[in-house]
Amino acid sequence: MASGEVKLIGAWASPFVMRPRVALNLKSVPYEFLQETFGSKSELLLKSNPVHKKIPVLLHADKPVCESNIIVEYIDETWSSSGPSLLPSLPYDRAMARFWAAYIDEKWFVALRNFLKAEGEEEKKAVIAEFEEGNALLEKAFIDCSKGKPFFNGDHIGYLDISLGSFLAWLRVTELAASYKLLDEAKTPSLCKWADHFCNDPAVKPVMPETAKLAEFAKKIFAKPQA
Amino acid sequence: MADEVILLDFWPSMFGMRTRIALEEKNVKFDYREQDLWNKSPILLEMNPVHKKIPVLIHNGKPVCESLIQVEYIDEVWPSKNPLLPSDPYQRAQAKFWGDFIDKKVYASARLIWGAKGEEQEAGKKEFIEILKTLESELGDKIYFGGETFGYVDIALIGFYSWFEAYDKFGNFSIEAECPKLIAWAKRCVERESVAKSLPDSNKIVEFVPVLKKHIGIE
Repeated sequence: MASGEVKLIGAWASPFVMRPRVALNLKSVPYEFLQETFGSKSELLLKSNPVHKKIPVLLHADKPVCESNIIVEYIDETWSSSGPSLLPSLPYDRAMARFWAAYIDEKWFVALRNFLKAEGEEEKKAVIAEFEEGNALLEKAFIDCSKGKPFFNGDHIGYLDISLGSFLAWLRVTELAASYKLLDEAKTPSLCKWADHFCNDPAVKPVMPETAKLAEFAKKIFAKPQA
Repeated sequence: MADEVILLDFWPSMFGMRTRIALEEKNVKFDYREQDLWNKSPILLEMNPVHKKIPVLIHNGKPVCESLIQVEYIDEVWPSKNPLLPSDPYQRAQAKFWGDFIDKKVYASARLIWGAKGEEQEAGKKEFIEILKTLESELGDKIYFGGETFGYVDIALIGFYSWFEAYDKFGNFSIEAECPKLIAWAKRCVERESVAKSLPDSNKIVEFVPVLKKHIGIE
């Protein structure tokens, strides 16, 4: 079951790609990282994910698994005897982890993206309010899920930590660009402590993009075309 | 201690239908509570404060939200009867991929069929058929999406079938003409008791669409 070569099609800057990389690290699974060139899609990617044509794609013995959160669960189930479990054991807690992961992708991340797009004071105020509301929800979710431990998943990084933590580098880049503290110790103290623990974890450090490098990259891809 | 299972739902919801089907497949007795989406009840707002949407599954007082998350939860809590997800991790990942695809794509394009006019409606119809054809291709010659057994992906999609007559009528086209294999699959699913019990009559959905349009303020 767990045998067979592992490859990951992705890109260093993508928060979605970071998710399976952290999961593979937590499970001590070696893999070949096949980097896509920004702006073009390889034949392998198009063949492996014909439906969405997006990264990340995990290839396990050449069989593709797509969608970052689904890949993380697949990694957890396939290498279940290696390293701690990425999802809680109780069905209710698992449902909570999946609920918050869906919320993060559908609402929280959208609000984060809107930060960079917002123009004018009114729009900026609205975006800030929306984002802070989301943060308050996640602060409470963290307290509920962690039950006093350092991570959403308890003693060890898990599915929900990975789902949110993968956005931290982009969050920092957005903070710099917007000159605004998006994760504020005064407002969300638990999340800030958690972010620190997450970023310093040995499974995360090697795959978390450096803020400066990511900021450079962001400037390039969001650069408005010259008139 | 007996399980207390409550489902906050709305009869035409293709998402609520998923949870109904899953509970029926597992033979779980539940208290179905019809919700008024234009006058949301205190229990709905309390149990799903983040999204304020149905369906909400309340199991022994604790809420689980989001229909596919509920289906998976039901499968994990009541594992012995009619497994809904495969046990093999690769097949599970495939099932979840298609469930996610259905969630991302089907509703949005279908909405344009009954909710839009002119070019926008035509674009919706075209996209909807393309999406169904992708699903039809994934189904292939299998009885169900998972193979021999009815499961997660079938549950994710079948609720939309109760809306097909309405889509045909308001879109002025025939889904069956475009995707006959998918219709054949749907008819097989509807033969299952869990599905027959959980889907409303198609003609009731046809009657409901103008009511819905009025509620959301479109002609």
